[in-house]
Amino acid sequence: MGKRMSASRRGRSPGRTGSLLGATALTVGLLAGCGSDAGLKINVYYAPEDNFQSVVDDCTKASGGRYEVVYNKLPRPADGQREQMVRRLAAGDDSLDVLGLDVTWVSEFAEAGWIDEWTGEAKAEATEGVLPGPLETATWNGKLYAATKNTNVQLLWYDDRLTPTPPKTWDEMIDQAKALKAQGKPANVVFTGAQYEGLVVIYNTLVESAGGKILSDDGKSVVMDAGAIKALEMLKKVTTAGITDPSLTNSKEDEVRQSFQRGNAAFELNWPFVYASYAKEKKDELKHFKWTTYPQLEAGKPAKTTIGGYNLAVSSTSKHKAEATEVALCLRSAKNQKFSALKDGVPPTIESLYTDTLPLDATAPQSDDNPSMETKYPMRETILDALKDAAVRPLTPAYQNASTVLSKVLSPPSEIDPQKTAEKLKEQLADALQSKGVIP
Amino acid sequence: MTVQETAGSATASKPGKKAKPVLSEGKKAERRLGLWLCAPAAIVMIAVTGYPIIYSIWLSLQRYDLRFPAQQEFVGLDNYIAVLSNGYWWTAFGTTMGLTIVSVVIEFVLGMGLALIMHRTLVGRGLVRTVALIPYGIVTVVAAFSWYYAWTPDTGYLANLFFPDSAPLTEYWPSLAIIVLAEVWKTTPFMALLLMAGLALVPDDLLKAASMDGATAWQRFTKVMLPVMKPAILVALLFRTLDAFRIFDNIFVLTNGAQDTSSVSMQTYNNLVKGLNLGIGSTMAVLIFITVAIIAFIFIKVFGTAAPGSDNGGKR
Repeated sequence: MGKRMSASRRGRSPGRTGSLLGATALTVGLLAGCGSDAGLKINVYYAPEDNFQSVVDDCTKASGGRYEVVYNKLPRPADGQREQMVRRLAAGDDSLDVLGLDVTWVSEFAEAGWIDEWTGEAKAEATEGVLPGPLETATWNGKLYAATKNTNVQLLWYDDRLTPTPPKTWDEMIDQAKALKAQGKPANVVFTGAQYEGLVVIYNTLVESAGGKILSDDGKSVVMDAGAIKALEMLKKVTTAGITDPSLTNSKEDEVRQSFQRGNAAFELNWPFVYASYAKEKKDELKHFKWTTYPQLEAGKPAKTTIGGYNLAVSSTSKHKAEATEVALCLRSAKNQKFSALKDGVPPTIESLYTDTLPLDATAPQSDDNPSMETKYPMRETILDALKDAAVRPLTPAYQNASTVLSKVLSPPSEIDPQKTAEKLKEQLADALQSKGVIP
Repeated sequence: MTVQETAGSATASKPGKKAKPVLSEGKKAERRLGLWLCAPAAIVMIAVTGYPIIYSIWLSLQRYDLRFPAQQEFVGLDNYIAVLSNGYWWTAFGTTMGLTIVSVVIEFVLGMGLALIMHRTLVGRGLVRTVALIPYGIVTVVAAFSWYYAWTPDTGYLANLFFPDSAPLTEYWPSLAIIVLAEVWKTTPFMALLLMAGLALVPDDLLKAASMDGATAWQRFTKVMLPVMKPAILVALLFRTLDAFRIFDNIFVLTNGAQDTSSVSMQTYNNLVKGLNLGIGSTMAVLIFITVAIIAFIFIKVFGTAAPGSDNGGKR
């Protein structure tokens, strides 16, 4: 008990430091703004990222005084980010220039005419050396609508003291967890099981790993094939095996991370941000915190993991599109993607960065304060492997509806009845794609 | 003020008859002036409340999704059919109704108790009242977050105390109970405040007379105080019922509508703001409006017909 309390206390302080840093960055930003208040401002709307202000300042500097880039921080939850941008865009707000879009929103924003297509030189620059999976998320109907900023992919995290050889498949993972439970050791499999996008991510990965499809490639009709049903079966199996947390159906990314860090779980399916948190909060145990590729659904068939991440698009109502495009390209340049990867832990979309060996400041020797991809991103090869054969969530302008329906019908996963649930999904997804019917 | 009073007494002088009272020239002019003085307020009211209502009714008759602006068309009552034949809507409707009834009943009982205490307190009356009103002064979302953390395992003292091995907010009945608890905690003071105003209506002489006649405390409460307070009680119940029916914040924070705990307002928000479906969302908004109107109508009917001592005709 005492141990747990101290862990949670330790868990809180970095958050506070983070917000302090954020506040400092904001003040610095405001002070910097005073100098050139007469000049042109390019508004960037982007999710909160601890060190993104430095990237923004860098792009202001790169403009040579032609404009100032302003970082407008969106809310932390993805739904809140989308709602704020959508409300403004639907009302024709022309103060938005660069938009940070979650990978699932590009088709919706493009279809609604809220973002502009990328062409010519800008397009060439935005696509150069980018991994195919992330690039697909920035495309809609064969046209490029955004520049990839960062990608993301879930891995299987484990403690090598508990499981010296990590499981290769879901079945092995369940068996190992059961065996650990029988020995009275931490045994839970933790993942994002709350009724929200996180559950859809898990489900999509399972479907794609089974070679199945939820929607057709053009996003216009529902498929829900045998693979989709196999995925439902696995979701049910893992949640009824007695190896999941009671709060599974309320767990989002951060609850999952905390649950593992507190030592309640044996396996964690989560994004790579958990490594940085672990390194910060349980430094002495870091060497036992291991990762491997996502478990396979069928033995011998590599898992296709759902990718996340952000793309940068130019608002179609922007009055300064040329500058906005320039800013978007700067914010996601190789140099800045590397900076964000090292400082904020978000995986880059440019392939060459995964083999980059230079430290952050290439002129200085490598150290704790001057990390390289090697020291700060030891799981980069596993990520790159997963990214090379990644799964993309169904591309459709009605993704929000489809996702809401999916998370609702799949929740709670322990009550899935594969055939019946599949029928229900087929019916309700068809309505959702037409934006007909009610979303829960 | 005078216009109303004179009009009221004029009507009261001929109870039960529809004949218009005869007014003198001076009174007519006074009434006209009264209407003119009211006009600006009435126009502003119509502009800010009437227009959105009519616009949402208009939207509810269309297929209108912000993401497919080209596909906008008039569809008549299709949206109503879609919503009213949907299981999610009725689940949410049932949940909302259940939450409303249960929370208002509990609030009424607790609020009455609190009101009696506040009314009768001799020492530190101001302090007691202030303390009792604190929950009502806290922003609902903030309060909801503290409940959320309190009921989340590991971070929450309540969850650790009462449900050490499970997560109450991930199960249906416990979530509903926690939502009711949050609602009751938050709005009982409001109920108590309204009821206390009602208690002030009860003349002390009446109570003294009743106790002279040998009425026990309970009899005085049920036979004297409650009947006299009835108008105030009904107003309190009406306000709280309408308020509770629109429940949103607590559910949004506590469960976000998971495990079928979504309310009609949550669902409207999901369709309108998240789903950007103006047609379906407006349809839901109109349906909520209609339900609220029905609730208000029932309450006012109960008022008009059953209020004892309502010999003052239509004057409420």
